[in-house]
Amino acid sequence: MSAFAPTVEASHLLPSRLAVSRLLRYLPWVATAILGAGALATVALNQGEKVSAAWLLTAAVCTYLIGYRFYSKIIASKVFALDATRATPAERLEDGRDFVPTNKWVVFGHHFAAIAGPGPLVGPTLAAQFGFLPGAIWILVGVVLGGAVQDFVILAASIRRDGKSLGQMAKEEIGPLAGGTALIAVLGIMIILISVLALIVVNALRESAWGVVTIGLTIPIALLMGSYLRWVRPGKVLEATAMGLVLLLLSLYAGRWVAENPELAPIFTLSGTTLSICIMIYGFFASVLPVWLLLAPRDYLSAFVKIGVVIALAAGIIIVMPPLEMPAVTQFVDGSGPVFAGKVFPFVFVTIACGAISGFHALVSSGTTPKLLRRETDARFVGYGAMLTESLVAILALIAACALTPGVYFAINAPAAAIGTTAQSAAAAIANWGFVVSPAELEDMARKVGETSLLSRTGGAPSLAVGMAHLFSKALGGDGALAIWYHFAIMFEALFILTTLDAGTRVGRFMLQDLLGSVIKPLGRTSWYPGVIITSALFVMMWGYFLYQGVTDPLGGINSLWPLFGISNQLLATVALCVGTTVFIKMGKARYAWITMLPMGWLVTVTMTAGLTKIFSEDVKLGFLSHARMLESAIASGVLPKGVKSIEAAQRMIFNDRLDAGVAAFFLISVIVILGASVKEWLAVTSGRKAVGTAEAPYQPSTLTA
Amino acid sequence: MTATVMTTPLPSRLSRVLAIVRRIVGVPDYQAYLSHMERHHPGCTPVDARTFERERLADKYSRPGSRCC
Repeated sequence: MSAFAPTVEASHLLPSRLAVSRLLRYLPWVATAILGAGALATVALNQGEKVSAAWLLTAAVCTYLIGYRFYSKIIASKVFALDATRATPAERLEDGRDFVPTNKWVVFGHHFAAIAGPGPLVGPTLAAQFGFLPGAIWILVGVVLGGAVQDFVILAASIRRDGKSLGQMAKEEIGPLAGGTALIAVLGIMIILISVLALIVVNALRESAWGVVTIGLTIPIALLMGSYLRWVRPGKVLEATAMGLVLLLLSLYAGRWVAENPELAPIFTLSGTTLSICIMIYGFFASVLPVWLLLAPRDYLSAFVKIGVVIALAAGIIIVMPPLEMPAVTQFVDGSGPVFAGKVFPFVFVTIACGAISGFHALVSSGTTPKLLRRETDARFVGYGAMLTESLVAILALIAACALTPGVYFAINAPAAAIGTTAQSAAAAIANWGFVVSPAELEDMARKVGETSLLSRTGGAPSLAVGMAHLFSKALGGDGALAIWYHFAIMFEALFILTTLDAGTRVGRFMLQDLLGSVIKPLGRTSWYPGVIITSALFVMMWGYFLYQGVTDPLGGINSLWPLFGISNQLLATVALCVGTTVFIKMGKARYAWITMLPMGWLVTVTMTAGLTKIFSEDVKLGFLSHARMLESAIASGVLPKGVKSIEAAQRMIFNDRLDAGVAAFFLISVIVILGASVKEWLAVTSGRKAVGTAEAPYQPSTLTA
Repeated sequence: MTATVMTTPLPSRLSRVLAIVRRIVGVPDYQAYLSHMERHHPGCTPVDARTFERERLADKYSRPGSRCC
């Protein structure tokens, strides 16, 4: 540079030349922004005509690119000043076990497989009752400013703290009260999460012999893989998984064979209550049996299927580019929706957690991932990038749900209390809402996918499966392949969900052992078998109770449990963002604290409003307490509401309503405690009462990346 | 870079891809452990592959953060 001393004229020219080259460099980004804004405007402002999914997809991808390039850059360079020359925990603490420096693409894949579960598929499907626009906007805005920020900030903070977990960071950065509250809250969230996931599986499989046989066979397949890996060819995981995948496909056909066999079919056609007991037994064994036998092989299988199906779903949508049949906004934004009760604010923001912002990710971002990153700067790609990918999955699920005609969508997702139990009553109820679907169409649809009925299969999984089956059969196989594709989609969703359920039950058992072990010593010993059995049974009973409550609830269970799950997940996100903000402030970067405080403030508003509404709303469809009061006066007057069979059943429902209200209150109080403790800490640091200083591990130069 | 890729024989390239796939789905990486032991603890005998795998899996499924919703 200095070799050519610039003349007066040249130095005069320099700024404008710089400006031009800068402009050229940013030109693609300006184009991306214009394209994205145009696509979003087309999606949002289009009236009358159906919008192609292509526009929504374009808007999403452009938003992600801009968010990654510019917003995550601020966090990476201005806040954390991520430094490739700084050794990561994987390098400093390398032990060949937990801490292993790993290529960033591998970490990305591993991290994505860990964060992506059924959440981003189910939430957007349920929220489609408001139309595609509210969900789409929240997914896009929420992820760029909230979800991806949370994942990235927690990952970066954990990397600077030797890979510490969220709970440890909450305790050290905010204080022991916040840490303890977070710990108990995580246990509560696990219970609600597992019960609602189990409920989705039950709703997808009840009265479906095909589904039960196919999903049921995945258990012996996993056991077979586990035994193969133990005794026949130890360590040959890919070989065993390939075998498992082939058997999985065969189980799909075995299911059809059973469903078509008049003698066998009734044996495997199970009611909701029977299925929920089966799932509890499964959860118990998953927690008690050695992991190599059941959990690990299932997880390998599920990871493959997960990544495969996400790619297939993306390919299906790109090939078919279906029009969005659902209106941009439906009349149900006023809170009268049949899928779940509540207005678009705040309920779209708790219904869609995963895909926009999911607190659970903070556990992964401060779990395995920070111990694997080879370079500090990779945290941006892995933390922010993987969450954008999950958000894309949520958009794909939203497209698949909205590509169904609204009539079909509501027939599958509305509970029997709203549409009755016959195709005629369903078609009539749906016509009342202003959507057209004929009884023959509904029956034809069920027959084509190989089921006796699709009515009121709430929970999101079946309607997503119908949507996917339509996409896939259009791309491959035609109408004749609908039934196979439908059951394939159900199988993959159930597989996904059951791997979260079994691993979650086991983790919950360990957490319970930890907690109870401080009171009754032997229960804490993970090698003492009676203790393992007692705590496993206890934990299964905890989520099993909520599952059973949901299955027997005439309103469908999803109506009460999914919002509770959303609220609890957002609570965990609030905790994570509190930790993030505290970390920023203690780093002396208080001027950037708005980055985490913005989504945190929004989530506190949303969870508080949603939680208080669920507890206190006068609307009996919405408020737990008013619903209990309604049942009480019904018992007193002797006229029970439709769907409630006996006084005992009504009394049980009253108890459940109050329990649910208590759970919601517990989550809200936890938010207040953690937020209060955080604010106190922030004020102490910003007012100078407490010195700025972080718990970061000191800088050590890296030898890996020189 | 391109040259090394071109000259690497197919089987070893394939095995590298398979190793990446194994890591992504979460198979414990015994080779990394062995090379770590060799580099940093040359005096110690590493545990065998079966024990290593069992330890890693037991650890993975005992804490939140390995699986999500």
